[in-house]
Amino acid sequence: MDFTFTEDQLAFREAISRFLMTEAPPETLREIWETEDGRSPEMRRKMAEQGLTALSVPEAQGGLGMDDVAWSLLTQELGYYAIADSMADTAYVATGLLTALPESTDLRDELLARIVDGDVRIAVGHPVNPLVADVHLADVVLQAHQDEIHALKREHVSFERNPSIDSSRRLSRVSFQPSDATRLVGAEQGSAIWDQTLNRGALAVAGQSLGLAQRMLDLSVDYAVQRKQFGKAIGSFQAVKHKLADVAGKIEFAKPVLYRAAHALANNEPTAALNVSHAKLACCEAAWVAARHGIQVHGAMGYTWEVDLQMFMKRAWALDSSWGDRAFHTSRVAEAVLAADAPIGPHHSFGATHA
Amino acid sequence: MQLTYTDKQTAFRAEARAWLEANVPSKPLASYDTREGFEEHRAWERKLYDSRWSMVMWPEHLGGRGCDLIEWLIFEEEYYAVNAPMRVNQNGQLLLGPTLMEFGTEAQKQHFLPRIASSEDMWAQGWSEPNAGSDMAAIRSKAVRDGDHYVVSGQKTWSTRASFADWTFGLFRSEPNSQRHHGLTYLMVPLNSPGVTIRPIKALNGKEAFAEIFFDEVRVPVENRIGAEGQGWNVAMATAGFERGLLLRSPARFQHTAKRLIELFKANPEVAARDPGLRDAVVESWMGAQAYAYSSYHTVGLVQKGGKVGAEASVNKIVWSELDLKMHETAMRILGARGELRGSAPEAVDGGSWLEGFLFAQAGPIYAGTNEIQRNIIAERMLGLPKA
Repeated sequence: MDFTFTEDQLAFREAISRFLMTEAPPETLREIWETEDGRSPEMRRKMAEQGLTALSVPEAQGGLGMDDVAWSLLTQELGYYAIADSMADTAYVATGLLTALPESTDLRDELLARIVDGDVRIAVGHPVNPLVADVHLADVVLQAHQDEIHALKREHVSFERNPSIDSSRRLSRVSFQPSDATRLVGAEQGSAIWDQTLNRGALAVAGQSLGLAQRMLDLSVDYAVQRKQFGKAIGSFQAVKHKLADVAGKIEFAKPVLYRAAHALANNEPTAALNVSHAKLACCEAAWVAARHGIQVHGAMGYTWEVDLQMFMKRAWALDSSWGDRAFHTSRVAEAVLAADAPIGPHHSFGATHA
Repeated sequence: MQLTYTDKQTAFRAEARAWLEANVPSKPLASYDTREGFEEHRAWERKLYDSRWSMVMWPEHLGGRGCDLIEWLIFEEEYYAVNAPMRVNQNGQLLLGPTLMEFGTEAQKQHFLPRIASSEDMWAQGWSEPNAGSDMAAIRSKAVRDGDHYVVSGQKTWSTRASFADWTFGLFRSEPNSQRHHGLTYLMVPLNSPGVTIRPIKALNGKEAFAEIFFDEVRVPVENRIGAEGQGWNVAMATAGFERGLLLRSPARFQHTAKRLIELFKANPEVAARDPGLRDAVVESWMGAQAYAYSSYHTVGLVQKGGKVGAEASVNKIVWSELDLKMHETAMRILGARGELRGSAPEAVDGGSWLEGFLFAQAGPIYAGTNEIQRNIIAERMLGLPKA
């Protein structure tokens, strides 16, 4: 029993964090997001050079073969620096989907190799998401048709863009014509893969939300230390302190829930769906509270486009219902823990094997 | 990250489970906030001690098993799973015990620790005073050195179960004009000493859950001092950390309550229709208890790798106290009109235990350092916000 990360995992996170700190400061993101496409090929290329896209591709296809546990750290960094959806969707969610396909599946190894090289963007159209992120620039769109998995070039889908309040988000309504030529696998094989993909997408959002929460907390603390009223830093006032302390508490207690879920997913534990939904709810709640208290601590400035808080706050609001909204995940937890034979109680934190 | 138990841990769990199942009292003990219940609990603690299950983390020569923190978590899981009695000597076992291990003399350790583990000595804490609760540095009770004794005068309050306990420990001002946290001395005082008067304070449930302790020139031998004269504050701060941190409220306790809450909810399906929000409240309770368990295992892992628990202990304290409230509030919503019934009522559900728990949960955000103080600690020490 060891509920901690290895030195390697922590070092990797640290390296990614330092890289993004330099390459993705808020002023750069603002510029990128104001462009028509909202994406920077250059930033994307640099991230691929850092190995970000290759992380969870199996070693056999030239990747590093990192699992969900490592991604539970890395997605926090993607969130902290508000990296656009296509990175997590391609490098983590789509990679997991492709890896889960039978090895003989068309396009599987080709796409995995291109992910390693960083020259492909993949959008994932899971039925749980009414709109698909980053279709407008995707090279390949992985779409569900009932439980079948289809792969389409962007030219072969039609999509209508739906602007979001989150400037980093580029959402589209997608329609396409499924055919034998576009089908990667049928419903029988696809069903379990879509389930797993949903869990991975939700976990990616959970990690990013936690990173966003931490960023909003850091911004709010900085502001509360600098901003003076009545001759004192507002951060010395107890009413302000208590709000930020609550945010810190939410973050602190959401982390191990995220890690527990990542471990369950990586090891195909029977409780994985339950653990993931718990993580999604806990992490999004932390981000939600961080946004609510963050805007209050920023005072009137918090209601402006000018301070950086808005960039992270809007992203937190948007991700809250992405990859399954609260009702979806709460119901999944309820179904699991209220079931007649649910393994609950003090024995059951880590599976039922010892109970 | 390796979230499976070792064979040794699994064997330990089996051994603990077997003993507990064979020995746990078949009927709930009387409330330890009564004289009769207090003695029943003392007998149970003695039984635990005799089989070395009282303080599993203490070394073997002190009556423990030398368990590590993971084994302690496992033991606690088994302990609550069989609905074993709440531990009555927590002040001695979880606050004074670790303090003596860190700051006590050899003689003090040899004498007091086994007696704490067996509950031969039951301890009440003497922290708060009428004008020194959250502001503990405002302590005024005096300890005047007189040869090989201190002469203690003053008053302590909110001392849990002091009406029944044998000893108290606390801080006393040993330098007459000292300010704040300077000049305080940490003393252990037998409650049967001449000059000690105890006035019980009834808690919300009407029982003598705590008391005021009055000291009128009580003579306390110098060998009952922990740490150096005037250095009591440092010793006490370490103790306060133990209290808020991991050990005072093991996650299993809340997981067990969450499980009972789910059972209560499922046994009363008609209330879900009456109050649709209840399902979510029940689910949130379970999630909160699980999060606390994961967090504890995570923290234990960090501690075993050499990490220290700092202001995170304050987060813990807020979390368990608010979780306990939430779970019992939810239970009261499920019980509806039956919620107000005392344990003696013929129609009380679960022997009135939800009401008792609800009442006790009200104290959680107050004792062990109010949650307001914990939030200040988090804001100042974790987040670096300026002091007022």
